[in-house]
Amino acid sequence: MTGVLTAVRVALSHGIRASNIYVFCRKSKDLSVACRNYLVMKLTRRDAVAALAVVGIGGGAVAYTQLDGSGDGTGSGADGSGATDGSNDGAGDPDGSDGTDGTVASSALLATSVALADVVYPAEVEGREAFVRTYVSRRIETDDARRTGMADAVATLDARAREHHDAPFRDLSADDGDALLRELGMQSVTPDPEGSALERVRFYLVNELLYALLTSPKGGALVDIENPPGHPGGLDAYQQGPQA
Amino acid sequence: MSGATHSNDVDQTGATDRTPADRADVCVVGSGPAGALVADRLADAGHDVVVLEAGPRVPPEERLARMERHQRPGYDSAWGMGGDRDAYASSGDVDYPLNNTRVKGVGGTTLHWIGYTPRLHPKDFEMESRYGLARDWPLSYEDVRPYYADAETELGVAGAEDNPFAPPREAEFPMEAFPPSYSDSILGEACEELDIDVHSVPQARNSEAYDGRSECVGYGTCLPVCPSGAKYDASVHVRRAEENGARVIDRVPVQRLEHGADGERVEAAVYATPDGTEHRQEARQFVVACGAIETPRLLLLSRSEQYPDGLANSSGAVGRYLMDHMLYIVSGQVMNPTGQHQVGFSTSVTHQFYDHEEPTPGSFFVGFLNYAGPSPVEVGLEDGRWGDDLPAALGEAYGGHIGTEALVEQLPRADSRVTLDDSQTDDHGNPVPDVHWTVGDHGLATAEKALDVQRDIMAEAGARVGYETPVDRPLSGSHPMGTTRMGTDPAESVVDTRLRTHDLANLSVASSSVFPTGGAMNPTLTIAALSLKAADAIDADL
Repeated sequence: MTGVLTAVRVALSHGIRASNIYVFCRKSKDLSVACRNYLVMKLTRRDAVAALAVVGIGGGAVAYTQLDGSGDGTGSGADGSGATDGSNDGAGDPDGSDGTDGTVASSALLATSVALADVVYPAEVEGREAFVRTYVSRRIETDDARRTGMADAVATLDARAREHHDAPFRDLSADDGDALLRELGMQSVTPDPEGSALERVRFYLVNELLYALLTSPKGGALVDIENPPGHPGGLDAYQQGPQA
Repeated sequence: MSGATHSNDVDQTGATDRTPADRADVCVVGSGPAGALVADRLADAGHDVVVLEAGPRVPPEERLARMERHQRPGYDSAWGMGGDRDAYASSGDVDYPLNNTRVKGVGGTTLHWIGYTPRLHPKDFEMESRYGLARDWPLSYEDVRPYYADAETELGVAGAEDNPFAPPREAEFPMEAFPPSYSDSILGEACEELDIDVHSVPQARNSEAYDGRSECVGYGTCLPVCPSGAKYDASVHVRRAEENGARVIDRVPVQRLEHGADGERVEAAVYATPDGTEHRQEARQFVVACGAIETPRLLLLSRSEQYPDGLANSSGAVGRYLMDHMLYIVSGQVMNPTGQHQVGFSTSVTHQFYDHEEPTPGSFFVGFLNYAGPSPVEVGLEDGRWGDDLPAALGEAYGGHIGTEALVEQLPRADSRVTLDDSQTDDHGNPVPDVHWTVGDHGLATAEKALDVQRDIMAEAGARVGYETPVDRPLSGSHPMGTTRMGTDPAESVVDTRLRTHDLANLSVASSSVFPTGGAMNPTLTIAALSLKAADAIDADL
């Protein structure tokens, strides 16, 4: 980690606003690209669209149609124009309650995902709710198997939350949510889409949200890079040093 | 290729038709780069071509999902290798991780290859006459040279003429080379101090739009999946062959080849459909293009009264002389971030140690990694920390990694071989291949020198080495070769310079299995060049 980035993190940990540090760094003319990304680590729907492109959803993905020979050979990255913002979250259950048939409603799934992101994403990552709602709603829109897997995992998480805190996971504070995950031993649970209930929680919820973040440039900024694996961020980043 | 199935394989009910073609000039077994190029050339020349592929078609729209399968723990392999279909044994001195080295699918192993395309050097064709080692190829570099140029155009190779050690060429590369990485600059400075010349890496990956395919957009997961199609894979030529009228049938592993009563010509390839039904595809010419493991296996499975030791095996060489490139990695960390994993391919290499005066140590090259150490995505999904602990988890595992890899030459040995393991069967009841890989003293001596060079580079760069492949436990370069070797003497080789078997007049082999020696260069460009040469010969016979 560069010295500048370390200093920035220390300043953040002391409660200095990111925007103030950013202005200071700009004035000092000593600001790496990674620091810039780090300081403005506010996730947006545009970031969600980029994350969705990584999993093959939306108009921002590199045009794989070129593989069938029909393209003109000019690619565009995941941040390319033409992508929708995914503002329609596809939730069909506005009251946020669980389904009466024992399944988890879309709105509950989305609310739980947002609550979980408050736990598993670093606090410095802002804009979590819009990012997660856009990402998850589009992710499950046409993928019934994933919707089922995620909903079942939410049901597991809620059942454990009620046991420990007498409330569904989405109603827990971030601290209580964090404590619950630790009580469940989630840090050492192996992610497995066909495994035990907890293994499916790790796979369908915890790792699902982390995959969305870590394959985005904002996730890359956590390790001082612009183009993490899975993100089609072009060919400039790999040539640049940490102080570029 | 517009979807899961080519239109000429789908009947009115939407079911895939896997019955044999009524008439075929050529039956190609396997749709990797060798089979695809042969099929494309012969279909383009107006011949009726049928391609039989053991694996499935891979729709382009699945590639991002396959990349996710690769990156996320909890999934099996990106390409679904393993299980009864792909069962094998490994009985050699060194474990051979066969299913990590290959893909069964339309496009073959190029679906997951990394894409490097150096040419062999002239010395690689002359090991016996120059050094008294192994056998010379019955072809020289000059014989293959025009086909190399053809292959570079077909695959789309990005490269530069900045390599002072490269063999002579006749034209510029089709595309500009990829620029070096930041990490390369650290190791490059070390090499400069050590008087080691560093240069670009020729690779079949688009540095600009080429052949209707996108330029590389930096997904960083080249091996095993390129979602953009910027990396060449053989589905490119499969599609083109189909456009030229070839018929490609997927999920039909060939069980055996059957010859006529006189034993001089193959009559049919017997293949099995997914429901187990067997069909016979007859043709005038047959091309086996199944790689250096499945090619000898198919010939051995095709044993008959006339060929009790396996088809085209009157020499006894089928399955013998198995070689691979021994892969050695030396990696570690430097004090500052190196920006690994922002692309999935190397951009600098040195071929300075390739040509040699004395027989041993032999050839090797050293490349610089742009994907050393763990990827941050992999760490974040596996570590188990989250929230405000996540940056620390990532920072501890990712940062100053740096590394080199060396591909090292081994010599062919009769006892390094592929045989049938009758104690195990695949999903169709056929004996599985037993891969008995041994590397020999020449390879080990060459590896010692390669490791010395790698250590010197890392030390000069100020790196603290954290991993070094043990010299006697090499990794597989995933380049099996040599198991149906080419030669002029039918008593000790399987195919001639046209890649036609000595024993059967209408049976050719297009594969790295024909290499008499393997050098240390990645073999795919040579496979492609020889396949184009074989296509010319078959075209002349039809």
